[in-house]
Amino acid sequence: MIPFILRRFLSALPTLLLIVTISFFLIRVAPGGPFDLEQPLEAKVMENLRRIYKLDRPLIEQYWLYLSSLLRGDFGPSFYFRDFTIGDLFARGLPVSMTLGSLALLVAVLIGGTLGTIAAFRQNSWADYVVSGFGTMGLTIPNFVVAPIFQIVFGLMLAWFPVGGWNDGAVRAIVLPVVVLALPQIAVVARMIRASMIEALRSNHIRTLRSLGLPTSVIVRHALRAASLPVVSYLGPAAAALLTGSVVVETIFALPGVGRYFVEGALNRDYTLVMGTVVMVAVFIMFFNLLVDILYALIDPRVRYE
Amino acid sequence: MSTWFKRMAIAAVATVAFTGLAAAQVVYNRGNDADPETLDPHKTSTTYESHILRDMLEGLMIYDAAGKVVPGVAEKHEISDDGTKYRFTLRSNAKWSNGDPVKASDFEFSLRRIMDPATGAKYANILYPIKNAEKINKSQGAKPEELGVKAVDDRTLEITLERPTPYFLELLTHQTGLPVHPASVQKSGSDFVKPGSYVSNGAYVLKEFVPNSQIRLEKNPNFHDAANVKIDVVVFQPQKDLAATARRFEAGELHSTSDFPADQTKALRQRLGDQVRTSPRLGFYYVALNTSKEHLKDARVRQALSMVIDRELISDAVWGGTMLPAYSIVPPGIGNYKEPAFADFKEMSPIEREDKAKELLKQAGFGPGKPLKVQLRYNTTDNNKNTVVQIADDWKRIGVETSFINTDAKTHFAVLRDTNDYEAARAGWIGDYSDPQNFLFLLESDNKGFNYAKYNNPEFDALMKKAAAEQNLDKRADILKQAEALAMKDMPYIPVLYYGNNNLVSNKLKGWVDNVTGAHPTRFMSITQ
Amino acid sequence: MAQGTVIPTEAMTGPIVGRSLWADARTRLVRNRAALVSMIWLAFMALICIVGPEITGHSYDRIYTEYTRIPPSMTAYPKEDQITPAVERIGSRLRAKPEQIEVTGDTLRATFVGPRAIDERSLAFFERSDMFGAARVTERAEEGRRLTVEAPIERRYFFFGTDTNGRDLLTRTLFAGRISLSIGLLATFVAIVIGVIYGSVSGYLGGRVDLVMMRFVDVLYSLPFIFFVIMLVVFFGRNFVLMFIAVGAVEWLDMARIVRGQTLSIKRQEYVQAAEALGVDTRGILRRHVIPNTLGPVVVYMTLLVPRVILLESFLSFLGLGVQEPMTSWGVLISDGARNIQGAAYMLVFPSIFLVSTLFALNFIGDGLRDALDPKDR
Repeated sequence: MIPFILRRFLSALPTLLLIVTISFFLIRVAPGGPFDLEQPLEAKVMENLRRIYKLDRPLIEQYWLYLSSLLRGDFGPSFYFRDFTIGDLFARGLPVSMTLGSLALLVAVLIGGTLGTIAAFRQNSWADYVVSGFGTMGLTIPNFVVAPIFQIVFGLMLAWFPVGGWNDGAVRAIVLPVVVLALPQIAVVARMIRASMIEALRSNHIRTLRSLGLPTSVIVRHALRAASLPVVSYLGPAAAALLTGSVVVETIFALPGVGRYFVEGALNRDYTLVMGTVVMVAVFIMFFNLLVDILYALIDPRVRYE
Repeated sequence: MSTWFKRMAIAAVATVAFTGLAAAQVVYNRGNDADPETLDPHKTSTTYESHILRDMLEGLMIYDAAGKVVPGVAEKHEISDDGTKYRFTLRSNAKWSNGDPVKASDFEFSLRRIMDPATGAKYANILYPIKNAEKINKSQGAKPEELGVKAVDDRTLEITLERPTPYFLELLTHQTGLPVHPASVQKSGSDFVKPGSYVSNGAYVLKEFVPNSQIRLEKNPNFHDAANVKIDVVVFQPQKDLAATARRFEAGELHSTSDFPADQTKALRQRLGDQVRTSPRLGFYYVALNTSKEHLKDARVRQALSMVIDRELISDAVWGGTMLPAYSIVPPGIGNYKEPAFADFKEMSPIEREDKAKELLKQAGFGPGKPLKVQLRYNTTDNNKNTVVQIADDWKRIGVETSFINTDAKTHFAVLRDTNDYEAARAGWIGDYSDPQNFLFLLESDNKGFNYAKYNNPEFDALMKKAAAEQNLDKRADILKQAEALAMKDMPYIPVLYYGNNNLVSNKLKGWVDNVTGAHPTRFMSITQ
Repeated sequence: MAQGTVIPTEAMTGPIVGRSLWADARTRLVRNRAALVSMIWLAFMALICIVGPEITGHSYDRIYTEYTRIPPSMTAYPKEDQITPAVERIGSRLRAKPEQIEVTGDTLRATFVGPRAIDERSLAFFERSDMFGAARVTERAEEGRRLTVEAPIERRYFFFGTDTNGRDLLTRTLFAGRISLSIGLLATFVAIVIGVIYGSVSGYLGGRVDLVMMRFVDVLYSLPFIFFVIMLVVFFGRNFVLMFIAVGAVEWLDMARIVRGQTLSIKRQEYVQAAEALGVDTRGILRRHVIPNTLGPVVVYMTLLVPRVILLESFLSFLGLGVQEPMTSWGVLISDGARNIQGAAYMLVFPSIFLVSTLFALNFIGDGLRDALDPKDR
């Protein structure tokens, strides 16, 4: 197991390098630069700015500079938020996005898992149809529609929760964004659990347990174990996406997470911010893919990594 | 994973404790267009940055609640007879937030700093009227020490100008004229803007800056007028989604916003009544026609395109009346001017305009068989989209075929500034000070950056030069009006609307006075429960 | 690649496909009621989106300046209370006041009184308005200062209301359907072509080639998707079709993995080995044996990818990076509607119903197909 993990870490490095390279050059090809206003800057001023941020060097040198600072764990200064470094921004934004994302994930697994299990046990009953209808709904309504509706219903009409704002992570402030984030995930998890659960229930192993007259709770536990494999492999990338924030939810609920940095960074041509976000998301994706593989081995004893 | 969870928990506990203690504080939750790029006043360029900086720093002259230019740190000023020398006397009780007195040399330091090209100030050109400023900023052989700003003694500052500038006092209210605390800039370099080390001389000091969330300012006890500052804490919150921001306002989470979705004005008025505020602003929204393109070279074509736009409808249907129909480049109500030179078709009825426009196009060689084709560029926002759609529909009535290109703002302005790859493009300009020169200079042929129309009329340039040399304000106004009339005849820019200030202002917030500058310093406001 | 693109289409329609499997699947799909209803619904949707914009009586880009943001109604516009203000507006342009306004059936009769003789050419304002037809003077009095005119009232229906510019939302919703559906199909098609070819080649050749090809897929997987899409918009913003071809070019990763997995098992089948022994070249084997047999999962995946692309397009619209005016898509309409949810909820409701029901249908079809093609259920 340990050598396997080590090997994965090593193989992640060239992948990361490739990603950094692709995005480094891609973002610099986009028209407009980080310091452009509607009005052109005085040549001298622009020259100075570019020198301060080392944009006057040849591209290939900038690339090396960026790589070497990245190796030291330094993401560089932000070009738009000029009072901050990318490290500062992530240090403030990541806890927000990760809080929201992990709670949403938790909600999705608990509720989605429960709904999916119920649906599987009561296949083709009304409960099954309700779950699958709800599931499809959660997948088909865009979150930028759900979010304002929640704001109006629960924020304005019922006044249970604030309409927006982070309020230092107060519980009341994060309920709505977490639910909006969780909805589509609940749907997916419920559908996947239902499908793999039905399959698991048909397997000889569970049939045997059933015929032995074991209590439902035991059967559910065994079936869930078998049914959780595909869900786990789905949740890997999903977790990476959730924990790194959602631009829609963070924008509508006015939350200071990192999900907005992608879009804002790209639109502001904040090169370092975009690069930092790319690296961060890539690391999350690779980490969770690795985690999935490890979990696989733990859940399914047949899987072995030599 | 566990450390950040712990940190969150501690933060949550701390907040609860803090809010418990500070229950008696008056907090003003203030919506703002966006986060500032920086809180270093010399490196900023936008109005949303100015709202924050105005609360933290006090310049020689300031805007009062009604947007009038009144004494700030300078309690008194004298202007020489030729209008080129200003002598300011500073208040004796002006202090920095760390207790240091505000000295004339602080302003000398600050103004030299912004002109120094090493600072990388984006908006230094606003202060070019100061002697040698332009030469210093453009590195044309003048050193920062040669700037026409001199601290005679601790309380006397002398500023010498290149030439008389009637709007100079107002220029000093701009964020570029704000002072920075020399000792902390010298000590911490660019880090002087961090909460905790930011030393300011205005009504508030910086306590916290969380990007995409809030900027928290607290009352500065050392401020000379602190006794009259009624709001203890201002929390600036950037607003990206206007509709969601309006909902936050409705829920009482914000006391004021810096904008609202204009196309929903009617619905907002129904829900929020007179908390929906609109007032004219010094700015105009226009379509620039690239005069270097073959088919847009002919002034008749440009006139025709301008004439037929139904500005009243756009103002009403798309902008909910928050922006007003524009028939001139200079907005009415501006200082140092008379009535703007309106386009001559202003009083014509829509049918007359349409007939005239068709005729002009025909004279220029376009018509059925050979329709005029125009490509219209805009930067993506909802209301821009709705506006250009309406314009294209108006153009269709005189047989003009329009195609659209929309891009993000950076791309849009990069194309306008650096390329010739556009025909017609939407743009806008908000005046930095109340003077017609600040609008008409857009069309000077050597204004490479802003003259999107690539307008080049020596007669226009000559008039602008003549106006700059004219000391008599009345005569100057007449000359500028001639220049504007010329521009309205040549029509390189099609004025469509005058900008408005759109704010949602809570009934609890007192002392907010709508004004053309859009400046609303917090120190003049109060909140009732 | 140009030659390669032909492969799957040919394979899908060609007689090579195992009849029994597909016939079998078809029977079972038809027996699945939800899937059947969904297919009918989808066909209906496609039909009205193709035909609809031509028969609603409005053009998708026609602006009715007097009907901006009006709510949906089953009865015709103009309403009673809109006529008087409209006539007054025309009056002010004639520099005259309307005195009597009568509506009988579809005809308006109004008398204008002005301080000076009224310029009759200005009566063209009647025709220009969206409410009336050409006006005819029936009576002149007081040396032309008093004018009685008759004009037909033009009745128009806006079943879904109009947008901020005054364009018929029903027509626009239907028109948007064309764009959204074709974007979904186009991007999916591109994704499948690339994914199937890439996956089958990688799986069939195996060994080091497979390793390198899959490593590349892994790299792309870790590349944040939104970044890619935003960069694509910045580059291809002008051309939406091109952009979605590009989106398809990003979305093929899953497809490649699925097809590769299938190929690995198909490769060991006797008929493939027989073909190899007979000396059929690699391309021939891929075309005749491998790709046709991977189509089951591909089709299922396709029904899931189409909704994903349509939702992606609506996400881009939310960011303001959607289709160019005067074109529109469901995503654009819905994000417009979401912003106007409190003032004009109908702008959100109707396009949403279209989008959600279509995605629903696609999902059910996907489920049905999966069940129908599931070998374990046979």
